[in-house]
Amino acid sequence: MSQSASCLTEKYGEIDKYIDNLPSLRGALVTVLHQAQTIYGYLPEELQLHIARRLNVPAAQVYGVVSFYSFFTMEPKGQCAISLCMGTACFVLGAGGVLQEFEKELGIKAGETTPDNLFSLDALRCVGACSLAPVVLVGDKVYGKATTSQVRGIIEEHMQRMAKGGGSNE
Amino acid sequence: MSKRIGSPEELRELQVKLAPRTALRLSPAEREALGIPAAEKMNILVCGGPACKSTDSDHIITQLRVELQKAGLAEEVKVVPAGCMGYCAQGPVLKVQPDNTFYVQVKATDAAEIVQKHILNHQYVERLMFHHPASGAPCRQEEDIPFFQGQVRIALRNCGVVDPAYIEDYISLKGYQGLVKAMEIGPDATVAMIKQAGLRGRGGAGFPTGTKWEFTQSYTATPKYVVCNADEGDPGAFMDRCIMEGDPHSVLEAMAIAGHSIGAAEGVIYVRAEYPLAVQSLQTAIKQAEEFGLLGENILGTGFNFSIRLNLGAGAFVCGEETALLSSIEGNRGEPRVRPPYPAEKGLWGQPTVLNNVETYANVPAIMLRGAAWFSSYGTAGSKGTKVFALAGKINNIGLIEVPMGTTLDHIINHIGGGIQNNRAFKAVQTGGPSGGCMPTALLQTEVDYESLTQAGSMMGSGGMIVLDEDDCMVNIAKYFLEFTVDESCGRCTPCRIGTKRLYEMLERITTGKGTNKDIVDLQELGDIIRDCSLCGLGQTAPNPVISTLRYFKDEYIAHVEEHRCPALACTELLTFTVVADKCIGCTVCARNCPADAISGVVRAAHTIDPDKCVKCGICLDKCPTKAIIRY
Repeated sequence: MSQSASCLTEKYGEIDKYIDNLPSLRGALVTVLHQAQTIYGYLPEELQLHIARRLNVPAAQVYGVVSFYSFFTMEPKGQCAISLCMGTACFVLGAGGVLQEFEKELGIKAGETTPDNLFSLDALRCVGACSLAPVVLVGDKVYGKATTSQVRGIIEEHMQRMAKGGGSNE
Repeated sequence: MSKRIGSPEELRELQVKLAPRTALRLSPAEREALGIPAAEKMNILVCGGPACKSTDSDHIITQLRVELQKAGLAEEVKVVPAGCMGYCAQGPVLKVQPDNTFYVQVKATDAAEIVQKHILNHQYVERLMFHHPASGAPCRQEEDIPFFQGQVRIALRNCGVVDPAYIEDYISLKGYQGLVKAMEIGPDATVAMIKQAGLRGRGGAGFPTGTKWEFTQSYTATPKYVVCNADEGDPGAFMDRCIMEGDPHSVLEAMAIAGHSIGAAEGVIYVRAEYPLAVQSLQTAIKQAEEFGLLGENILGTGFNFSIRLNLGAGAFVCGEETALLSSIEGNRGEPRVRPPYPAEKGLWGQPTVLNNVETYANVPAIMLRGAAWFSSYGTAGSKGTKVFALAGKINNIGLIEVPMGTTLDHIINHIGGGIQNNRAFKAVQTGGPSGGCMPTALLQTEVDYESLTQAGSMMGSGGMIVLDEDDCMVNIAKYFLEFTVDESCGRCTPCRIGTKRLYEMLERITTGKGTNKDIVDLQELGDIIRDCSLCGLGQTAPNPVISTLRYFKDEYIAHVEEHRCPALACTELLTFTVVADKCIGCTVCARNCPADAISGVVRAAHTIDPDKCVKCGICLDKCPTKAIIRY
């Protein structure tokens, strides 16, 4: 923590404002972390320490909560977030194979981000679109009845989209 | 101008005034049940469930409106973005009312034909109707389609009818009049009514709802809280999502009824952050209910105060357990604690709390409106009313269904579900998610209710129902659920944290051919220990997938262990790939595609696979033009 207090105030001004406007700090930790992740994309150590000080709770408690819930991430996500549903319906219809193919093509495991920060890969719990199983989500786009042979095409489609500068989570 | 409704009388007047909004969307029977008069114009209801939305139902809505505009009918015919109608397998689906005509697999490009033919010329579009799989005859109405036969919609009554973005729709169907009834008859009579109806918790354990309310009512400490568990975590279950997205007000009204009954002024909905549409739908609904004076201070001028706020979950299956959920709302790790004291006595912030799940609440306003006797006329001796199931897996009619308790598994799977995909053979049905079990063919006549499922070694759970066919390995299915549980165990108690991990490791050994008979014995023994010693429901039920498959499919475990063979050919490490020499034409496609260089042979001569090098990827099997490669 080499940065000075004033520098942090500037960096985390937005979450500070959110905390200042909360009617009560009682039980606010999870809500604040949700907001912080929405603003900054992920929850690095420095931000966790900052939130701990602002809410006047031990840093261990903040880290305990962040590491407990799968929704919170301490690593930045790629520009293009690929998520696979691993609900039971998707599993019995071959989602495991599709995930393996994505892992092979991207060279990363589920939960990781490619070194160039373009793609991150995640296995989700059920998304509730079981009639489309196996389901792949890329940003808001849904690919239903996905097969291993579609994997390369999906990646290429979003590579091109990002190359055009449109981002992929439209 | 204030939208506030000042009294119960004003609410009833507003309902009569608004009734024409939705009268068009109901079938004659539904209209009669609610006492709403018929109307003349037309409505097109488009399903907005998760599957239909993912296949572009929003685009169909836009296109229908464009076509109606062109035809000069924009005022006459209303296109309603409604909630889930259930028939996901045939999505996107829509319904033209009051003609009661149901169209399936609709595309945006069909909008012109629907408007031209059906709306303008009063001719049905036969090609968009569901065609009966046996007779091939078109089925115009839902009643004619096997999927809807035997279904009764109570919790889902408004899904697919109301536009969730407008509270007026809900009010027009006598929404919030259940709350009025509760205020008129008073807390004791309300609790008695819920008890008499026999409503039990739809989230898993099936505890009687009225009794839960009565306990909470009996404690004098204040403030009290009403909490809704909307952290639907079971993989393969999405009924709560559909209710929140398609009919949010029924949950809000029920929570207000609960609040009035137990003496609470504050409600919290703990909803999954992974359901952004549900969160949005609830937020809109809460705001509108406040504007109409149906939530907040001095509701309907009666002096009753009740507000509801949302609390986002953050992805932890264990938060479905009530004490873990409350801990999470308090901003902590979602770890369960020992009960008693139960939340009825010491819940949120240590205060008396009523906690029910979404589907349970969705039943409450209907009970208040139509009476306990009506509700309990459905169901079995111990389980009253209906249950919503998310039917999925290897079944033809994947979708969301609601059936009276006591409906047989056979009716659900073979009639409503339309049997198994691709003419494969049924092997088992899994209910209750990671806490449930698998039931084989011999149990298909089981009448589904809380007791019968528990007796069969499974459980009701939240209503996921996954159908498995002959290609599914039961050991592998058990392993899938255990992997889930290992991941989701909060780690607080040892039997669950370490026990489930050891169970998983044994299953891993068995599915890779390294298991022994001792592993099978140990699975059973350790499963019993975890069940008996775990702190909360997650751990206590975690061994169920293993124990139930051991009970009904032990021969599959034995085949893996003794013969190193997977009867369903699902466990790849146990497979052997070989070339049938007679069929091989020596084209070399397999050898060129093999990633492990395991296939050798010369052109136009039979090839061979080296089993030591083979990585069992199956590429050769897919590529072979003469199907000369087999696996066993």
